[in-house]
Amino acid sequence: MSAYILRRLLYAIPILIGVNLITFLLFFVVNSPDDMARMQLGDKRVTQEAIDTWKAEHGYDKPLLFNADAGGLGTVTETIFFDKSLKLFAFDFGQSDSGRDIGFDIRQRMWPSLAIAIPTLLVGLAISVSYALMIVFFRATYIDFGSVVLLVAMMSISGLFYIIGGQFLIGKLFHLVPISGYDTGLEALKFLILPVVVGVVAGIGSSTRLYRTFFLEEINRDYVRTARAKGLRERVVLFRHVLRNALIPILTGVVAVLPLLFMGALIIESFFGVPGLGSYTIDAINRQDFSIVRAMVFLGSVLYIIGLLMTDISYTLVDPRVRLS
Amino acid sequence: MLRTCRSWPLLMVVVLLFSACGQPPWNNPYPASQSGENILYGAFTERPKHLDPVRSYSSNEYAFIAQIYEPPLQYHFLKRPYELVPLTAHALPEVRYLDANGKPLAADADPDRIAVSEYLIEISPGIQYQPHAAFAKDEEGAYRYHDLNTQAVARINTLDELPETGTRELIAEDYVYQIKRLATPWLHSPIAGLMGEHILGFQALSEKIEDEAPDPVNGERPFFDLRQVAFEGAEVIDRYRYRIRLEGRYPQFVYWLAMPFFAPMPWEAEALYGQLGMEQNNLTLDWYPVGTGPFMLSENNPNLRMVLTRNPNFHGERYPGAGMPEDQAAGLLEDAGKPLPFIDQAIYSLEQESIPYWNKFLQGYYDSSGVSSDAFDQAIQFDAAGEAGLTDDMREQGIELVTAVQTSIWYMGFNMLDPLLGGDSERARLLRQAISIAVDFDEYISIFANGRGVEGQGPIPPGIFGHREGEAGINPYVFDWRDGRAVRKPLDDAKALLAEAGYADGRDPETGRPLTIYYEAMDAGPDGKARLNWMRKQFDKLGIELVVRATDYNRFQEKMRKGTGQVFMWGWNADYPDPENFFFLLYGPNRKVDGGENAANYQNPEFDQLFERMKNMEDGPERQAVIDRMTEIIRHDAPWSFGFYPKAFSLHHQWLDNVKPNLMANNTLKYRRLEPEIREQLRERWNPPVLWPIGALVVILILGSIPALMVARRRERSRAR
Repeated sequence: MSAYILRRLLYAIPILIGVNLITFLLFFVVNSPDDMARMQLGDKRVTQEAIDTWKAEHGYDKPLLFNADAGGLGTVTETIFFDKSLKLFAFDFGQSDSGRDIGFDIRQRMWPSLAIAIPTLLVGLAISVSYALMIVFFRATYIDFGSVVLLVAMMSISGLFYIIGGQFLIGKLFHLVPISGYDTGLEALKFLILPVVVGVVAGIGSSTRLYRTFFLEEINRDYVRTARAKGLRERVVLFRHVLRNALIPILTGVVAVLPLLFMGALIIESFFGVPGLGSYTIDAINRQDFSIVRAMVFLGSVLYIIGLLMTDISYTLVDPRVRLS
Repeated sequence: MLRTCRSWPLLMVVVLLFSACGQPPWNNPYPASQSGENILYGAFTERPKHLDPVRSYSSNEYAFIAQIYEPPLQYHFLKRPYELVPLTAHALPEVRYLDANGKPLAADADPDRIAVSEYLIEISPGIQYQPHAAFAKDEEGAYRYHDLNTQAVARINTLDELPETGTRELIAEDYVYQIKRLATPWLHSPIAGLMGEHILGFQALSEKIEDEAPDPVNGERPFFDLRQVAFEGAEVIDRYRYRIRLEGRYPQFVYWLAMPFFAPMPWEAEALYGQLGMEQNNLTLDWYPVGTGPFMLSENNPNLRMVLTRNPNFHGERYPGAGMPEDQAAGLLEDAGKPLPFIDQAIYSLEQESIPYWNKFLQGYYDSSGVSSDAFDQAIQFDAAGEAGLTDDMREQGIELVTAVQTSIWYMGFNMLDPLLGGDSERARLLRQAISIAVDFDEYISIFANGRGVEGQGPIPPGIFGHREGEAGINPYVFDWRDGRAVRKPLDDAKALLAEAGYADGRDPETGRPLTIYYEAMDAGPDGKARLNWMRKQFDKLGIELVVRATDYNRFQEKMRKGTGQVFMWGWNADYPDPENFFFLLYGPNRKVDGGENAANYQNPEFDQLFERMKNMEDGPERQAVIDRMTEIIRHDAPWSFGFYPKAFSLHHQWLDNVKPNLMANNTLKYRRLEPEIREQLRERWNPPVLWPIGALVVILILGSIPALMVARRRERSRAR
């Protein structure tokens, strides 16, 4: 297995270089270093001289990808791309274009993201699995049909609607929790309820539908028929046999997203005023802060690769028939 | 046992219902410990980029630093037109003019003879800085944190980790130090270029600092004590007096002395933050300001909230005793002579989205709010005379509305370098005038700004010297004066002008096709689509085809800098209340293609000559006459269609007092007074927790589960048979 993991890690290097290159190209197609300088220095009364000084200080005075003036290896190394990319592979994110330590900011802001993402994932998982099991239990009845209609409807509604609707109903009409905001320590709890509820409700439609499919796939297997033939109750069949086997694809799917929980929820954080990594990324895009954008995209890619690797490993742990080679 | 378990959800609901009685609101976003405290609650929608007064230049940054830093002058809170008064200065600066030989000249001397203007500023003694780690000293009198080793610095992540604080008296040297910081190249002051044109020896100082300062180490610039650098443009006379020298005459300079750029900076702050490793740990003046103002930044977490707390060392300014005649009736003079500030703390939370911001304001969790487009109809209604007022719902809640025409202008500019629209030919001028008539900004204000604006008649907005009201102030090329108000000329007049220009029915005589004009738009998003369609229709009224070139703001600016645009809309917000700050947007040597702010690239020798004269004049009839002539030239040449002056609407709750819009002053937090008891009572009344939905949900779940249980039991029984 270790050889497999090593091989997958080596595969990750070209993937990360590619992701970094694409991010770089997309960013600089839209923004020039001059635009970035103007964004930092402001619109009013900024001189070209000030812009040039800012670019020189922040390393944006070099060619983007190819330095024709430099000889030999310098054609590639004396470029903005090389300068800004190399340290990323040592997880040295450096400073943002406005001068803040990106690593420090990430360490600070990942906790609010996790505070929303983990309960949303766990509660959502528990509700979706339970609901999917119930639908399967009542399969081919009006409860099954009605639930599928409800789930499809829930899937079709925009996430933004859940956010605004949740804020309106729970925060504004019922006055049960603050509409938005965040705090540290135990004070954070009252701010987490609404985003977690919204996150869970918004995710129930798609995840329950998916889990229902997993359960239905299992319920027609031979071992289930055998269990029933033994005279086991339907409840026991579902919870002891079907659930256990259907959990394999569910858990491996969950493992894949676990690392990405750090990255936060872009829209939820913005609407609920949660200072997590999702809003950090959105802010950076709005402020044209390339240093943060590339760091967050890089981090997201690394976490995604780790998630996929963990999925593979978790397969071997939950299903003894799977071997990594 | 089973029965007990089944009934616990109902029990819980009952317990919840009873427990809610008499409790503080559940949706209160603030800790219970703040209940009844003298704390002002506000919000900010965009995190401030800079808090260093040398760099800060936007209103969302001034909202914070203007409460912390104190330049020598400030604007009078109540008096209009805007009037400068001393803040830390003992009096307004004494200005002395010198000729090329250093001989004093009279105040009304010919500006051409004035080689140097000297501003002598005397500050009041006894003003202390806020408590700050930069001033902390040990028993031997040495600075406690100025010589930290690298390991110690590496362990510091916030300023709170330097627990000892100190203070010292504000001295004239701190002001001179800050002016030298304006010239420091690596601090990137946005006004460095402008000040380089006016302050004597500013450019040379900048070069000298660049030469003498130590090189950066790992990207960080070590502390460089600017006190040791001689500077002829600003010098300390004694402990409380300093002198600024300007090249020639620049009367508008006095306004800059009321802006945070000219606030004092103690060298100790730079010495503390200039230690290697501090910047890497985000310990900079851009994050932790040090001032003498009524408040200090006690929490800086722009991703969540910013907290300003009363500065215990504040020098005890008093509420103004005089204002405008209407201020007495409005209750704005009730606190006359009382010591400032009135509030103990101001907590500003980040609210990036307008809907939660608005709802929290209505719940009483923000003391004031703007009026977003989403909430406009809910909050504002117009009477038959077109006057804005509050809706019944708002009035019932005791909310108050304050409106003010901003010292800003949104204009439609014509690129004067364009072969079709630009230049001083009669044909192009008539075409511009025709378009100016056709584009109905009154309609624009009504549709896109919810009526929040006043149609522009010239480049100078109301409230600035030179602006004329009434018939004398209308643009006669676009408006007629009828029934006591300005009425846009009929479209036929525009068509006649167009025909006179050689474009009858909007057709190009050479091709016979409709005239095509390109409009540079900076709002490429879906929100801008309606605006752009409206603009197309305005041109279509003349038969002109408008091609919209929508792009992002970066590309838009690039086109403006290169002078490749044809028609565009842009705005300007006044730095200071002087007509020079608007006319310079049309001053020839200030063209955008030459690096200035004149986006229309307009150039008219007479106008430029009058501008040179006007900017050096004192306000009075003579200056008004020059301004009138300049305005007439601009109206005639029509490089701009004057668009509109935006109108600011803001709402506040009944418990917030001393609210008067002051569009020049940013340090108005110190005048605000609160009645926290009223706020507390109303918050409780407005936000009782509504618990029946939870009960209803539980009941629905229980009722819904009964048939499901029955089906389940029937199934299991049927299999058992």
